[in-house]
Amino acid sequence: MTNDILSLLTGDVLEEDVEMTLAELCRACQVSAETVFELVDEGVVEPMGQEPAIWHFHGINVRRVRCVQRLQNDLGVNIAGAALALELLEELEVMRERLRRIDN
Amino acid sequence: MEFKDYYAIMGVKRDANQNEIKRAYRKQARKYHPDVSKEADAEKRFKEVGEAYEVLKDPEKRAAYDQLGSDWKAGQDFQPPPDWEQGFEFHGGGFTSADAEQFSDFFETLYGHSGFTQGYRGQAYKDFQARGEDTHAKVMIDLEDAFLGTTRTLTLKHTELSADGRPQLKERTLNVRIPKGVRQGQHIRLARQGGPGIGKGGPGDLYLEIEFRSHKLYHVEGKDVYLDLPVTPWEAALGTTIKIPTPEGSVDLKIPADSSGGRKLRLKGRGIPGKIPGDYYVLLQIALPPADSEAAKAAYREFEKTLSFDPRTHLGV
Repeated sequence: MTNDILSLLTGDVLEEDVEMTLAELCRACQVSAETVFELVDEGVVEPMGQEPAIWHFHGINVRRVRCVQRLQNDLGVNIAGAALALELLEELEVMRERLRRIDN
Repeated sequence: MEFKDYYAIMGVKRDANQNEIKRAYRKQARKYHPDVSKEADAEKRFKEVGEAYEVLKDPEKRAAYDQLGSDWKAGQDFQPPPDWEQGFEFHGGGFTSADAEQFSDFFETLYGHSGFTQGYRGQAYKDFQARGEDTHAKVMIDLEDAFLGTTRTLTLKHTELSADGRPQLKERTLNVRIPKGVRQGQHIRLARQGGPGIGKGGPGDLYLEIEFRSHKLYHVEGKDVYLDLPVTPWEAALGTTIKIPTPEGSVDLKIPADSSGGRKLRLKGRGIPGKIPGDYYVLLQIALPPADSEAAKAAYREFEKTLSFDPRTHLGV
């Protein structure tokens, strides 16, 4: 037993508070800027701002980028396929939520 | 140590050819991918299938595995034969693409910690540095916690490499603030609380996914909160004021006259708090009193006589 009082950790809510630059998104997802450009072209992530230098991304994009990466690495799908899967998964999530409510 | 039946995990016969194995793997991987499947053990199954494929796709590892014979059953206590490893010369490298640290003791005993690739890996990883892995965990909270904010003490298990390079299960405890206004499915990012980095690479981040315990009164959709409110036919027809619960305490709700079943009444801004707070919805459900006494039956007959009500005119028959 230790008597240490655990310090209280405070984080950011990814979907609410977090906004990041291109560099921060690349670091958070461990991908190159080129990969992010590709994902922007594919519509997986949507930057705010006109050009890459002033791009800002909503925090939720961290999860989208990482999910696409996992689908690519684990299942061998290409970016377009992963983007499609991601969209369908998000739709599925909404429907599952609705179904859960009806079932209750 | 438990024997693992890689053929059964993959769902193929022992004499399956490489193409059949590849197809089976693709199918299983899609089915159990943790991003895709919502089954509770999806991640475990996905790793198992990955491990099985790691062995079966590699002719050397597969031949070595087949050498154990077909008499073993999954889950049976297993010790490798004493002359194991002597009869084979393993090359590795080209075939080991997966993260071997994730694999089972069984795999490790047969093929070594990094799946035959110590030499290869050692070279590649010399002076190597990488940011630690991002880790994920779920936090269960009650809906009321999202209205007030709370703190949670979490005990997380993670694997760490010990000095001799073997993975060890470690536990750590974190005290985390859950901010007011979080919603189901959102993620709290705790910077630098993830897996440790290699070399000069810093630790990864920890992501906590918020999950609401199901509530006996309310259900939640995004930031909106819903209550099913049973009312009597006369309350719905004549209108009234009813005391109802909300996660922030009870309020008086005015039921307008001529309300039908399923009517949605909105209390603006009384949902989950935030910059733009959610709304609180009350769904009216008209409850019929049972006709379980002569007096009740008489009252229903009185309705029938007085109201001449036909809810089926639109059916046209």
